[in-house]
Amino acid sequence: MIKHQYDVLIVGAGGAGLRAALEIPEGFSCAVLSKVSPTRSHTGAAQGGVGAALGNEEEDSWEWHMFDTVKGSDYLGDQDAIEIMTKDAIRAVIELEHMGMPFSRTPEGKIAQRRFGGHTRPENPNDPDSKRVAVKRSCYSADRTGHVMLHTLYENCLKQKVQFFSEYFVTDLIMSAGQRLDSSRSSGQGNVCVGLVALDIATSEVHVFHAKAVMLATGGYGRIFRITSNAHVGTGDGFAFVYNNGLPLEDMEFVQFHPTGLWKLGILISEAARGEGGILLNNKGERFMERYAPTVKDLAPRDMVSRAILTEIREGRGFKGSDGTYYVQLDVTHLPKEVIDDKLPEITGFARTYLGVEPTKEPIPVQPTAHYAMGGIPTTVDGEVIKDKKSTKVPGLYAAGEAACVSVHGGNRLGTNSLLDIIVFGRRGGKAIAKFIKDTDFAPLPNDAAERTVSTIDRIMNSKGKEKVGALRMELQEKMMEKVGIFRNEKDLKEMTSEIKSLRERYQEVSIDDKGKVFNTDLMEAIELGNLIDTAEPIIYGALVRQESRGAHSREDFPNRDDKNWLKHTLIYKTDGAPKVDYKPVSITRFQPKERKY
Amino acid sequence: MKVTLRIQRYNPEKDSEPYYQEFSLEVDDDKERILDILHRVKWQYDGTLAFRRSCAHGVCGSDGIRINGRNRLACSTLLRDVNYRKPIVIEPLPSMAIIKDLIVDMSDFYKKYEAVKPYLTSNAPPPENERLQSNEDAEKLFESAKCILCACCTTSCPSTWSDGNYIGPAALLKAYRFAFDTRDDAADDRLDVIDTPDGIWRCHTIFNCVEACPKEINLTWHISQLKKRLAEREM
Repeated sequence: MIKHQYDVLIVGAGGAGLRAALEIPEGFSCAVLSKVSPTRSHTGAAQGGVGAALGNEEEDSWEWHMFDTVKGSDYLGDQDAIEIMTKDAIRAVIELEHMGMPFSRTPEGKIAQRRFGGHTRPENPNDPDSKRVAVKRSCYSADRTGHVMLHTLYENCLKQKVQFFSEYFVTDLIMSAGQRLDSSRSSGQGNVCVGLVALDIATSEVHVFHAKAVMLATGGYGRIFRITSNAHVGTGDGFAFVYNNGLPLEDMEFVQFHPTGLWKLGILISEAARGEGGILLNNKGERFMERYAPTVKDLAPRDMVSRAILTEIREGRGFKGSDGTYYVQLDVTHLPKEVIDDKLPEITGFARTYLGVEPTKEPIPVQPTAHYAMGGIPTTVDGEVIKDKKSTKVPGLYAAGEAACVSVHGGNRLGTNSLLDIIVFGRRGGKAIAKFIKDTDFAPLPNDAAERTVSTIDRIMNSKGKEKVGALRMELQEKMMEKVGIFRNEKDLKEMTSEIKSLRERYQEVSIDDKGKVFNTDLMEAIELGNLIDTAEPIIYGALVRQESRGAHSREDFPNRDDKNWLKHTLIYKTDGAPKVDYKPVSITRFQPKERKY
Repeated sequence: MKVTLRIQRYNPEKDSEPYYQEFSLEVDDDKERILDILHRVKWQYDGTLAFRRSCAHGVCGSDGIRINGRNRLACSTLLRDVNYRKPIVIEPLPSMAIIKDLIVDMSDFYKKYEAVKPYLTSNAPPPENERLQSNEDAEKLFESAKCILCACCTTSCPSTWSDGNYIGPAALLKAYRFAFDTRDDAADDRLDVIDTPDGIWRCHTIFNCVEACPKEINLTWHISQLKKRLAEREM
């Protein structure tokens, strides 16, 4: 076992982790650990843009951005946090430009902006209550905004000589009951985070990293579902670390299904396609979003469009594919060729490559795809992980990005707000850590820090059990898709609570073929499967207890939003039996909940 | 229908040298990705098969491999893009040390990428708002900024094969990305790095890189712009 000591450890080299790393001042040691080489991180798959009320193309204001985000969240987003994010968006995007990010530009040479789902302005700027119309708020670089953002942040980390442990797979946090040497910050606060355990993928060597502060920027869990836009690495690792260490996860029932995944494959076709004028069609050739969202139509928020697509399909207005599954069509054939070539090159390329569809001539078959975790590790607005409804902090532990739940996305995230979230809260978390490490010493490392990891590895490596990783994972993905997908009900969810229990038991019987030490991806996938199962549990229980429909959580047996009983965040804790559920209030500052219509 | 993959295997803990192993399996149609078929081999037949992958749609650059003698991304290559009536030959990218099966040691590739100082360097303090740049100037960078660092280009280049120190097309492309950015002030530093015996002059415009690039980047054109810039500087 190899031991290291760093002031700061950041897990994950996507946008949030890299942005945080840039805040660690000289004189302090910081390492970023990632299970893939940093530029392989999933931030790079984001396409359409990053939201900020720059007003470069038409009048805009951060208050309108804030209102849209609150409304988009179905009023579950914490308004104090949303205010911070939408205000800071303008500085944050300009900072990216200063770091060298290549943006598309307006004729005056400013950062170009386009329309995006759920982003609006009052038609009459002097009357905030006038009808809302779509606004150009998404700052973009063709349809590769996430890719160039990820590369720009990584380049700036190289410039700043940030240290990376590439292809190191973090397996656990190290929590200590002990007091910090300077006790002021930890008195009475129970567990503190003092490091993490990681596997060097190239050698299978277990490393113990001792730290003053750990940030989880581990991204999402899309691979819990069969149809997903997420990378294979999106296995919910950070959620599982936190959940398995007795800490809660917040609002896990809110899973975003992006309306336009490539049919069968789930590959993301950005909302930018609709922002640039693309429309959705059913098998009667109707632009059906006109019925569901008369004002913004195809640019309604994602939860509404996904439900509309599924409703069309359920009512017989979908297209039946060769394999018996259904889709609707995304039509961009009426757009000028230069719009498609200059502004949507990547996604139209996906349609050509994967489905053999020529988007300039025929519509693209699409279906909703599991895309984003609104819920996650509860944090303060400074990325500090909290462990209860009173927002008690866990000293030394931070989270940012998709893994975290601040909560700025509430029940449903607006497009362009995830790239925004990572640069705003990645930076704030980094700043909070920079402050924390200056007046904190290392807390002692427990002797058994790596025990859980070592015993898990031993069990999997030596198991002769009959369960196989691929088959068990597929079963989880199929069942989650079927029972915990876009529409949910008590019967399915209850069934799923026993399914997950049985999947977890069967997981103990998983055996693998590869008994070697070099790049044992068989072992890695087995450990990741454990993380998927652990992360699925709070999603199922959150969905079961929340007896209402809000944002992306849609209960057929409770079709309405119920602010009286459910305008609150869920907190789910792992126990030996059924998980424990608690609730946390929502911060409401400027906007009182109203019916959510578009 | 049935397809056969002929995969180059190598496990340093067991094998003295690489060998080939064939797997035959049923597929639904010719639209399956090579990556999907590799996954099925791994998940259903042999869990020891090792390869890198992540996004599975050609944006992360993890799964550059050699398919029937051509450097490509496993996730962006469909069965119908290759001759699948004969065994499909799957090998790691050439000219890099093999770690295991299809996984190669990328460290030298990254070192060369880092050598061109791949980050914007501006001498003037940034303005309060964004720096202005014409869309025309911005678009000059877009093709080069598409690069996903998959190494398909560099490892397809005969100059790389014959001279391990050659900086390679991917690093040169990155040099272009910054040297031609109107916001950058360090073009000369980058040009110094590539204006060396193992630098840009090892490029003999063979165009293998262009053919190999899964993002359809015309690397040779970008390299020629750098050569032009160097020639101008010389004058």
